[in-house]
Amino acid sequence: MRNPEKGMTLIVKTITRLTVGLILLYGIYIVLHGHVSPGGGFAGGVIMALSFIHLMLAFGKEVALKKLSQAAASILESLGALMFLAIALLGFLGGYFFFNFFLNKGKPFELFSAGIIPLCNVAICLKVGAGLFAIFAVLVLFKGSDEK
Amino acid sequence: MMLPFFVIIPLGAAFLISLFGKKIKSLGDILANLGTLSLLIISLYSIKLVSVNKILIYKVGGWIPPIGICMVMDGLTSFMLVTVNLVSFLITIFSISYMERYTDKYRFYTLFMLMLAGMNGVIVTGDMFNLFVFLEIASIASYALVAFGTEAEELEASFKYAIMGSVASSFILLGIALLYGYTSTLNLADIALVLSNKPQGLMVSFIGVLFLGGFGLKAALVPFHAWLPDAHPSAPAPISAMLSGVFIKTLGVYAICRIFFNILGVSSKIFFILVILGVISQVIGALLAIAQNDIKRMFAYSSISQMGYIIFALGIGTPLAILGGLFHLFNHAVFKSLLFLNSGAIEYSTDTRDLKRLGGLNSRLPITGFTSLFGSMSISGIPPLGGFFSKLIIIIAAVQAGYFVSATVAVLVSIITLAYYLKFQNFAFFGKINKAWQDIKEVPWSMGLSMVILAIICVVSGLLILPVFKSFLLSAVNVLLSGNAYKDLIFGVLK
Amino acid sequence: MSGYSEYVLCLLLFCIGLYCVLRKRNIIKIIIGLGIIEYAVNLFFILVGYRIGGRAPILVKEQTITTMVDPLPQALVLTSIVIGLAITALIVTIAIRIYEKYGTFDITKIRRLRG
Repeated sequence: MRNPEKGMTLIVKTITRLTVGLILLYGIYIVLHGHVSPGGGFAGGVIMALSFIHLMLAFGKEVALKKLSQAAASILESLGALMFLAIALLGFLGGYFFFNFFLNKGKPFELFSAGIIPLCNVAICLKVGAGLFAIFAVLVLFKGSDEK
Repeated sequence: MMLPFFVIIPLGAAFLISLFGKKIKSLGDILANLGTLSLLIISLYSIKLVSVNKILIYKVGGWIPPIGICMVMDGLTSFMLVTVNLVSFLITIFSISYMERYTDKYRFYTLFMLMLAGMNGVIVTGDMFNLFVFLEIASIASYALVAFGTEAEELEASFKYAIMGSVASSFILLGIALLYGYTSTLNLADIALVLSNKPQGLMVSFIGVLFLGGFGLKAALVPFHAWLPDAHPSAPAPISAMLSGVFIKTLGVYAICRIFFNILGVSSKIFFILVILGVISQVIGALLAIAQNDIKRMFAYSSISQMGYIIFALGIGTPLAILGGLFHLFNHAVFKSLLFLNSGAIEYSTDTRDLKRLGGLNSRLPITGFTSLFGSMSISGIPPLGGFFSKLIIIIAAVQAGYFVSATVAVLVSIITLAYYLKFQNFAFFGKINKAWQDIKEVPWSMGLSMVILAIICVVSGLLILPVFKSFLLSAVNVLLSGNAYKDLIFGVLK
Repeated sequence: MSGYSEYVLCLLLFCIGLYCVLRKRNIIKIIIGLGIIEYAVNLFFILVGYRIGGRAPILVKEQTITTMVDPLPQALVLTSIVIGLAITALIVTIAIRIYEKYGTFDITKIRRLRG
C-alpha cells in the first residue's frame, strides 16, 4: 500500500531517522570552525538546510513543517541579516564600519580566536540556511495551494 | 564618517520591515519614508563636504586599500547620490497610497529598500567586485519587483528581463575575471595604476567590449534594449518610475562612465562607438514610441530615446558635452519619474492605460493634468523648463565638435518627441470627457504631493541652471574629464 | 595554445550555455542554460588563480607552505555561487507561475506582449 503523500519507503525512513541529526551536527561543525578550516557560513548553512529538506523529502511535508514552520524560517532569516548588520555596526566602537573590535584575538588555529569572524559566520549560516529552507517550503506548499 | 550609512540605512530598514511588517500595520510606510528622508538629507550634506575637500575616502574595516575595500566620494558620486535619493524619497511618498491596491505592502517596501541599498552601493564603492555584488543585489530586487502584481503579462515580462539581465551580469563577471587575471588587483584606483604602466593591448579592448555589452544591457542601449518595453509597463507605477528614472542610469550610465573614463581609459574608438550607439538609440526609441497606444509603453520607448541623448553626449567628449549629458541625466530622472507617477495616478482613478479609451481628464483630475503638462513640456524641450537647456547644451556641443549630421538627427528626434507627447496630452487630458469617467475623484494627497514637488523641481532646474546648478555639475564633470588622474587623487589622500 | 587549453574549454562551455539560452524553446531548458553559463564563468575565475605547483591555500599548524594557489578568486566565486543560487530560485518560481497562468512551457506560445 503506497501512500504518495506520506513520504518514501520504509528503508529510506529508517536511514533518515538515523542520519538527519548527524547531518545537522556536521553543518554546525563546519560553521563553527569556519576560521580554521575550509567552510564557513555559506557552506555550513546550506548543509543545515539540507538536513531539514532531507526530512521533508523522506517523511512528507507535514512532519518537516511541524519541526520548523515557514513563518519561523522567515523570521530566522531576517534575524540573521539583522545580526550581521549589528555586528558590522558595532565595529564603529573601534572606529571603522566592520572593524574587528575584539581586543584580544587569541592564538591562531584555536577555536576562540579571530575576533568577529565566528560571529559573522553564525549570522550568515542562519540567513542562508533559513532562506534555503523557506524557498523550498514555499515551492512545495505552492503546488498544493489554490489557483489565483 | 557617513559614507557607509548610504548602505546601512536601507539594508537595516529592509530587514526590519521584513521582520515586523506583518504584525505592525503601518511600520512599512513609516520606516521606508524615514529612511529615504534621512538618505536625502545626508546626500545633500555630502555636496557641502565635497566642495570643501575634493575627494573623501572611507576604509571599510580599517584595512588600507588596495588590500581592503574602500568607499570613495567625489563630485560625480555626490551628484548621482542626490539624484537617486531625491527621486526615491518622492516615490516612497507616492507609494503610501498607491500600493494599497496590492496585497503584501510590506514585502514591496522590503524589496524597494533592498534595491535602493544596491544602487547606493554601486555609486559609493571603490572596489570592482563590490560593484558587482551591489549590482546583483539591485538587479535581483528589481526582477522580483517587476513581477509584483503576478498577472500573466507581468510574469512574462519579468521572466524575459531576468534571463537577459542574468546573461549580462555573467558577461560583466567574465570581464572582471579577465581584468583580475591581467592586473591581479581589484581596487579601482589600483587597476588604473597598473594599466597605465602596462602596454595596452588586445586584452584591454576585449575587456572593454565585454563591459560595454554587460553594462549596455543594463542601460538599455539599442542592440540590448528588448527587455525594457515589456518590463517597465508591467511593473507597478512607483517601480516603473524608479526603474526608468534612476535604475538604468545608475547601473548603466554611471558604471560605464566610471569604468571607461577613469579606469580603462578612453580612446577615440570608444568615443565613436558611444556616439553611434547613442544616435541609433535616439532614433529607434522615438520612432517606435509614436505608434504606441499604451501610456506606459510609450514612456518606456521614450526612456530608450532619452538615454540615447545621454550616451551621445558622453561620446562627444568635450567638457560642454559632458556637462549637457549629466544635466540631461538629472532632468530625465525628474521628469520621467513624474510622467510615470502621472500614469500611475491615471490608472488608480480610471483602471485603464489605453489612450483610445481615455479623454478629457483635465476637468476631473486637475492636479494630475497640470503636473503632466509640465513634465511633457520639459521632456520635449520647451523653454524655460529644464529639458530645453539640457538639450540645447548637447546640440551646441555636438555642433562645436564637428558632428553636424548627428546634431541634425538630435534636433529631428526632439521634434518627434514633441509630437508624441502632444499626442499623449491631447488624447488623455484635453477634449471632451468620456462618458465612463464622469464621476472619478482626484487622487489621494500623498500621490498629489509627490507629483507637485517633482513638477516644481522640473521648473526650478531650468531657471536655476546658471546660478546654482553650474558649480554642482562642474565638480562632477571635472571628475570625468580628469580621467586617469582619479588614481592619483586617491593615492594622494591615502598617504 | 597549449598553455591556454583550460581557458578555451571554459569559454566553449560558456558558448554552449549561451546557445541553450538563445535557441531552446522550453523554459526549463533556458534555465538550465543559464546555470551552465554561471558554472562556466565561476570555473574560469578559479582557473585564473592557479599557480603551478601550488597547493590548497589553507594554513595548517606547524607546517610551512611555500607555494599556494591564489585564495582571492576562491572567496569571490563563493559569493558568485550564492548569487547564482538566488537568481535560479527566483526564475524557477516565476516559471512555475507562468505555467499556472499560460498552461504551457513553450516560449513561442508565451507572447502576449508584443514588440
